[in-house]
Amino acid sequence: MRKPPPYAADALGIGLATGVYGISFGVLAVGAGLSVAQACAMSLLVFTGGSQFAAVSVVAVGGSMATAVVNGLLLGVRNTAYGLSIATLLRGGLGRRMLASHLVIDESTAMARAQEEPGEARGAFWLTGFAVFVLWNLGTLGGALAGSGLDPGTFGLDAMFPAAFLALLAPQLRQRDAPTVALVGALIAVVLVPLTPAGVPVLAASLALLVAVRRR
Amino acid sequence: MSWAALLLLAGGSWLLKAVGPMLLGEREPSPGVARLLALVAVPLLAALIVVQTFGDDDRLVLDARVPALAVAGVCVWRRAPFLVTVLAAAATAAGLRALA
Repeated sequence: MRKPPPYAADALGIGLATGVYGISFGVLAVGAGLSVAQACAMSLLVFTGGSQFAAVSVVAVGGSMATAVVNGLLLGVRNTAYGLSIATLLRGGLGRRMLASHLVIDESTAMARAQEEPGEARGAFWLTGFAVFVLWNLGTLGGALAGSGLDPGTFGLDAMFPAAFLALLAPQLRQRDAPTVALVGALIAVVLVPLTPAGVPVLAASLALLVAVRRR
Repeated sequence: MSWAALLLLAGGSWLLKAVGPMLLGEREPSPGVARLLALVAVPLLAALIVVQTFGDDDRLVLDARVPALAVAGVCVWRRAPFLVTVLAAAATAAGLRALA
């Protein structure tokens, strides 16, 4: 039998962790008013956790659909950076590149970049992407089924959103300028909450990126 | 959430991911552009944290979500798994509300 590649155990471990994370997404999605089918469709078709949590958090507080979509898409912009950074690994036919694009997320990109050889990087990308895809979707289904009928306030589900966003933000703070950008973004949002319609504070927080542009 | 909005988000999310693999080929983005794109999520996540913790429609309030976020902060700092972090936050808020 062929020896499994060195990254196989890591890929599976990341997949399992993401599956557990998928459970919390499923619970929150149905708590916000999505049907079980919608929660599952989101994990299958959107397949990028930050965007899914952001869109659902807008729905949970009764925000508009447009705000939910725009907030979700803005959080997905970092996947563009990931796709650009590993594009040379993902060459191939049209169908192959279309499928690879769907799997461009935090975990698969990080695993690909952690390998030294291009062949291993390619293998780590696909294996991690598939492991996360399968387990994220299974987790979502389980969470959505378990969460149906829970009252969000009584079970503290509303407090799960900021906790989830904090857990997503923490690893990104290691980038240069990231702590300053985060602080300025939070300040912009908190000032605008009483002054603007729902959704605007989060969108306007993007202006904090100007801090990083100026400080090249 | 409407199905139309969900499908729009799905299509847009795929397009954002696909820019590199579908269009770039051999070229690499400039380091400055790549760095800014990688930072895009940071202010949004920070804003989502404060809005979801202190926001109540168009007011700022202090309620059980604040101690819940503090507990989540300790979990993240101690490198607790994701599910432990969100469950600890939910349990904190639920517990405080049950006592109130």
